Amino acid sequence: MRIALIDYGAGNLHSAGKALMRALDEIGVTGHVVLGADPDEVARADRIVLPGDGAFRDCRDHLAAIDGLEEALHAQVRVRGRPFLGICVGMQLLADLGEERGETAGLGWIPGRVVALDPQSPGLVSRHLKVPHMGWNTLEARRAHPVLDGLTLGPAGLHAYFLHSFHLLPAHATDLLATADYGGPVSAIVGRDTIVGTQFHPEKSQRLGLKLLANFLKWAP
Amino acid sequence: MSLKTRIIPCLDVKDGRVVKGVNFVDLADVGDPVESARAYDAAGADELCFLDITASHENRGTILDVVRRTAENCFMPVTVGGGVRSVEDVRALMLAGADKVSINTAAVRDRAIVGRAAEKFGAQAIVVAIDAKRVNAPGAADRWEIFTHGGRNPTGIEVIEYARAVADLGAGEILLTSMDRDGTKAGFDLALTRAVADAVTIPVVASGGVGTLDHLVEGVLDGHASAVLAASIFHYGTYSIREAKAHMARAGIAMRMD
Repeated sequence: MRIALIDYGAGNLHSAGKALMRALDEIGVTGHVVLGADPDEVARADRIVLPGDGAFRDCRDHLAAIDGLEEALHAQVRVRGRPFLGICVGMQLLADLGEERGETAGLGWIPGRVVALDPQSPGLVSRHLKVPHMGWNTLEARRAHPVLDGLTLGPAGLHAYFLHSFHLLPAHATDLLATADYGGPVSAIVGRDTIVGTQFHPEKSQRLGLKLLANFLKWAP
Repeated sequence: MSLKTRIIPCLDVKDGRVVKGVNFVDLADVGDPVESARAYDAAGADELCFLDITASHENRGTILDVVRRTAENCFMPVTVGGGVRSVEDVRALMLAGADKVSINTAAVRDRAIVGRAAEKFGAQAIVVAIDAKRVNAPGAADRWEIFTHGGRNPTGIEVIEYARAVADLGAGEILLTSMDRDGTKAGFDLALTRAVADAVTIPVVASGGVGTLDHLVEGVLDGHASAVLAASIFHYGTYSIREAKAHMARAGIAMRMD
């Protein structure tokens, strides 16, 4: 299995690459992770992962600046239906529009907008929880999906590591696979066709993260 | 609200080696930061903090190697601080595998670096570290000022005003160390922690002075901290991360016990 891990100058590729290799091990599939931004490599990939640490606009500019990359991603994911995973900003870029530091167009693969978190808590004097939403939180499944198979979710379930101030609000409720609770629902996993995206970092989320990555690699839509 | 309070062990790293070695029985090399990170990952730490105290600028590359090897071996979030002077320094650490980068003296000298770094990497990746010392006379109103160079150099900058300013500029978290309490094992400066945590809308990590598990509880319940950082009580095996989490959970604080 060839996994293309897209390097567009957004940080933390090492952890994502290592976690994917470990997930390959766990499912007993031989394969390798190819780190880069070569459109030909994307065209050959069986799985495509778009990581992301950074600001929406900056990441979007970097992605657009790589010659032929967006076209290759579109052909491989949207036309040929190869499974795609976006992580954090890599997930947010799937939306139509991001609102971080001015409005920026996204890839538009999952209809919706990326908006600032505004967590409210009636119990606090200020009524506002801290932003960024930073740390470990549990997930609630919104609908069944192969990437969630065998994951213990709910308040007593496993935790995922979040680090963000914005989240993707899908236009269609069916595109929302899981949420976290932080002063209201926070979009944690989105999915549509052969595309999934996680707001949290599976590569930093220990058991839950590795299991989700393994599910993504096993997924044959 | 099911976000959990974080426990963050902090490792001082000098020229690529841990200063004050982690004293776990099963550790082959107590001076290797990656081995220590791996041990804390297995122990259930919620994040790890590396503080680079390398004296010479020529040896700065060693921390990048440590971060890179840690990111390849541990699936846990890592914050790196110490000697970060520019947006380029932040970028190098992020590319090596840091999830968050902590800026201290450079932000005291020129706050604009916080905004530039947040614009590039997002607020969630930028931590501002504040070393605070109480400066009011006994009995007078609370006042803390920022000190640099390990608490030796006064700056005259008032802590609460500075914390608000860096949060407005785009910092995503404040790592707040009481220089009065650091190393004393007498507990956090709770008045300081609460004053800063209540003044800003970003998370505050309490640091400096932890000697008992009750201190960790106080930092959250009385200090209003979102996370607690400690070094020696964990490094020397006085308490395990699990014991600390169980103790905090018994005090009614939501903790991750996975």
